[in-house]
Amino acid sequence: MIDKKTSFMGYRRENGAVGVRNHVIILPVDDISNAACEAVANNIKGTMALPHPYGRLQFGADLDLHFRTLIGTGSNPNVAAVIVIGIEEGWTKKIVDGIAATGKPVLGYSIEMHGDHDTIMRASRGARELVQHASEIQRQPCKLSDLWVSTKCGESDTTSGCGANPTVGNAFDKLYEMGNTLCFGETTELTGGEQIVAARCRTPEIRDEFMAMFNRYQDVVNKHKTSDLSDSQPTKGNIAGGLTTIEEKALGNIQKIGKKCMVDGVIDKAEKPTGSGLWFMDSSSAAAEMVTLCAASGFAVHFFPTGQGNVVGNPIIPVIKICANPRTVRTMGEHVDVDTSGLLQREMNMDDAGDALLEMLLRTANGRLTAAEALGHREFVLTRLYESA
Amino acid sequence: MIHFVVHEEGDSVGTIVVEGMSSNTQMVGWIMEEDKTLNLTTISDIPIGHKVALKDLETGDTIIKYGVDIGRVVAPIKAGEHLHVHNVKTKRW
Repeated sequence: MIDKKTSFMGYRRENGAVGVRNHVIILPVDDISNAACEAVANNIKGTMALPHPYGRLQFGADLDLHFRTLIGTGSNPNVAAVIVIGIEEGWTKKIVDGIAATGKPVLGYSIEMHGDHDTIMRASRGARELVQHASEIQRQPCKLSDLWVSTKCGESDTTSGCGANPTVGNAFDKLYEMGNTLCFGETTELTGGEQIVAARCRTPEIRDEFMAMFNRYQDVVNKHKTSDLSDSQPTKGNIAGGLTTIEEKALGNIQKIGKKCMVDGVIDKAEKPTGSGLWFMDSSSAAAEMVTLCAASGFAVHFFPTGQGNVVGNPIIPVIKICANPRTVRTMGEHVDVDTSGLLQREMNMDDAGDALLEMLLRTANGRLTAAEALGHREFVLTRLYESA
Repeated sequence: MIHFVVHEEGDSVGTIVVEGMSSNTQMVGWIMEEDKTLNLTTISDIPIGHKVALKDLETGDTIIKYGVDIGRVVAPIKAGEHLHVHNVKTKRW
């Protein structure tokens, strides 16, 4: 299906990173700048606002993560150009400067001393110029191996573990061999299978870093839990789908990293990998949070296997849905990009399923809209670490 | 027609992959890793995606799936019976 010569038509950005979309985004620094961003996106066609509820009074590691996520989102190769709007000049400039380091066009506006009317007018002028610039950028041949691909599963059930997740694993094994940059995470959802991931770490140092991240997250659960978490992990949807324990869910989850991939490194939330290979991100297991973090780390396409039918999308990266549950494919077919339910009837083998996903990856990279994109799923959800100051 | 799949030989459970599986149905199962089939008769209704016990299990027994421990039995389970949160619990958290 793929080899080292496989290419697709993508966008090569100023810093060499390869994207599959050409978005112009209007990015708020904070919650109270959402209204201005939405007004600009309404004024200037072909732009998209990314409203979110945070950005005020955060401090320490939580603030670092906020900046890293917003700068990473603007820096993602699927984004051609960015307008940043914040209430204050300082934090606005920090995000503008962070994105500008990629070499892409970015303009910043602060609201204080101007008000919404003047800010929206000035930012709309800038956005019009940027969107016209972006509309002239052409797709060009890019090597498939330059594509960064992340994965996270959601609304899993038992068919995820025997169908949709190993399909991703098979595709990941093939991409890994090509030298792609890949990512998985969901720290708590490895509970019960953490030793399997630890054994796949390339060096003892990476294994120690992974286990430290895993144990830290276990401490968070143990500190805050009020029960055995059977109302949260597995979720009600997981349980309705037949998953019984977190261990069972984790073992199904881990099928996504295939049989051959090694874990070549670990990253913190929204951190950018420093080389190719498979990276573990210490992350939330909630779908929109995790996909948002992957996009902020620079991943351009996301594989999202589901059992019961999670409908999540992302504003800047295409989220490809894979499903092996025949009932979900029947009842929620508009959300499914790759149907691998044939696996469970022995009508399809794992290699066929992995190739079907890789074919969809190429079509998506070339421009085909995913189900989530066509349906308008643009969940942009920032991870918070603790209370505001 | 495959009614349930088993990840590998030695697992305590299979996963039902067809809708409307009712009690006293003779099923064909597929062991994916070894690519073998086996037969089992249900003794309860089991929804698609839910698990069936492949053998009799006692309270305190460990459930094996993917060849790995996925939890403990909290109420006796018979072969062919629905196995889920009412008779199996996590060993974590």
